Amino acid sequence: MVKTNGDAKLTLKTEEVMVNIGPQHPSTHGVFRMRVTFDGEVVTELEPIFGYLHRGSEKLAEERTYTQVITLTDRLDYLASMSNNLAYVLAAEKLAGIQPPERAMYIRVIMAELMRIASHCMGLGFFINDLGALATPLMYMFREREKILDLFELVCGARITFSYMRIGGVSGDLPEEFMPALVKFINEMPGYIDEYEALLRENEILISRTKDIAILTAEKAINASVTGPMLRASGVPWDLRKSDPYEVYDRFDFDIPVGSTGDTYDRFLVRLEEMRESVLIVKQAMEQIPSGPFRALAPALIHPPVGEAYAHVEAPKGELGFYLVSDNSIAPYRCKIRAPSFINLTVLRDLIIGWKLADLVVIFGSFDINMGEVDR
Amino acid sequence: MIGVIKGLATTIKTMLRSPVTVQYPDKHLPMADRFMGFPGLLWDVKIDESKCVGCKVCARYCPTDCMYVSIKDNEKYAEGKSHRKKMVDDFVLDISRCIVCGICVEVCNFDAIVMTQIHEIGNTGRRGLWADMDTLHAMGKEYEEEHGPAYPENQAVGEEETAQ
Ligand code: SF4
Ligand code: SF4
Repeated sequence: MVKTNGDAKLTLKTEEVMVNIGPQHPSTHGVFRMRVTFDGEVVTELEPIFGYLHRGSEKLAEERTYTQVITLTDRLDYLASMSNNLAYVLAAEKLAGIQPPERAMYIRVIMAELMRIASHCMGLGFFINDLGALATPLMYMFREREKILDLFELVCGARITFSYMRIGGVSGDLPEEFMPALVKFINEMPGYIDEYEALLRENEILISRTKDIAILTAEKAINASVTGPMLRASGVPWDLRKSDPYEVYDRFDFDIPVGSTGDTYDRFLVRLEEMRESVLIVKQAMEQIPSGPFRALAPALIHPPVGEAYAHVEAPKGELGFYLVSDNSIAPYRCKIRAPSFINLTVLRDLIIGWKLADLVVIFGSFDINMGEVDR
Repeated sequence: MIGVIKGLATTIKTMLRSPVTVQYPDKHLPMADRFMGFPGLLWDVKIDESKCVGCKVCARYCPTDCMYVSIKDNEKYAEGKSHRKKMVDDFVLDISRCIVCGICVEVCNFDAIVMTQIHEIGNTGRRGLWADMDTLHAMGKEYEEEHGPAYPENQAVGEEETAQ
């Protein structure tokens, strides 16, 4: 505080403060660090710092056989392991020229869509948690995720790190008790989504905290290669399931929910609506699934011809791609992972600058990132 | 205000549902049939020897390199009691490194290894997490006692081979 001349006028001398948020902070969803400069309460500069969870998955993949790499993909986005499995096996199949049987493709689609529901449950739950609605909505969503994990336990015996998909199919056929359990879940799920909506959609506090906050324009989103629900919330109907159908997605009838303004509220709504669409897809896949083999005849050790392949899927967080290069040995020569969370983070700084400290956590929560995937 | 009241109504509705909490260490939820715990080795009761012939295929395919297997000649084969020429000499599985992926079970050509449902392996030291051959056989035995033969479809084949 400085006293100026004799006019008895007091001015405050202000200076910017640098605050370190993370790496261990409940709102950073993993070990993520932001170096934020504040002017009062307003963010003027933000620098994301990551790498705390780096395990070198891409390098490790170079000394593991094609089948063993599947276990590494489980640990990228650990909330959506099935989608990671799917993206990887698609790339490996493309490289080796293996065609999975029809039944396997349907099973994979069912798994990927269930995984999307589970992942969005977590994404939304933690987003609401960041808003200050401690635990109640999160616990509701955990409840449904738990049911999905039980379904996964039925088919592959694991609950988080599934390693269920194999090059040329899946590791085991659906057990007898799976279909009835799935039918039960799929019939219940729309009711639960209605419950989330009743709880949250019109909530005035949520709306005032998220509406028109941190608007991501379509142009900016495309420039920064943002994908997934974040891009669709900005009004761009880009979904790889429609725009570049893989597996059997072209046989299903579903919509792509898009937002109108690209604000935080839209990002929340798009995820909510996507859960409904996923339920629809699973329902159709359940009706169409053919019987037959669940795995193509492929050797346990594959030697793909020299070449390269890229395959991408619409993972819950965005476009997840695997780029594999083969030198005709049993392990990939190079494995590059295009992780959606990592690329979505590029707009973080632009979005948060100008908003207040309290908004920072909420905006960051609406990204729904997963550090396992960012750091790889 | 309406939105908040709507939300409250949902919360109250949920409160009236009966809770499903299970007090974990005292009570266990039933596990799925396919639930995977750590791998165990199977014992051939008829010949009274391990089904594992020590071929090391599982050790080579394991993504975390957590198995150590050695092989020896099978004395019972020399005596004509068994159809297995070779026999596992020593088998150690580092449970602390196993990621429970099930690949070893998938690649074993002799149906000698199985994913048991043993998963509570709390221990005070790392050494305690090295399962030796006897432990692994015990795990496999426990599994077969609870769940019946691990490979029922191949049971008949095995018997034929033994008879020869
Ligand atoms: S468990 Fe099977 S694969 Fe492993 S060493 Fe024994 S026989 Fe070979
Ligand atoms: S389950 Fe996987 S990690 Fe564990 S011993 Fe078998 S192959 Fe190795």
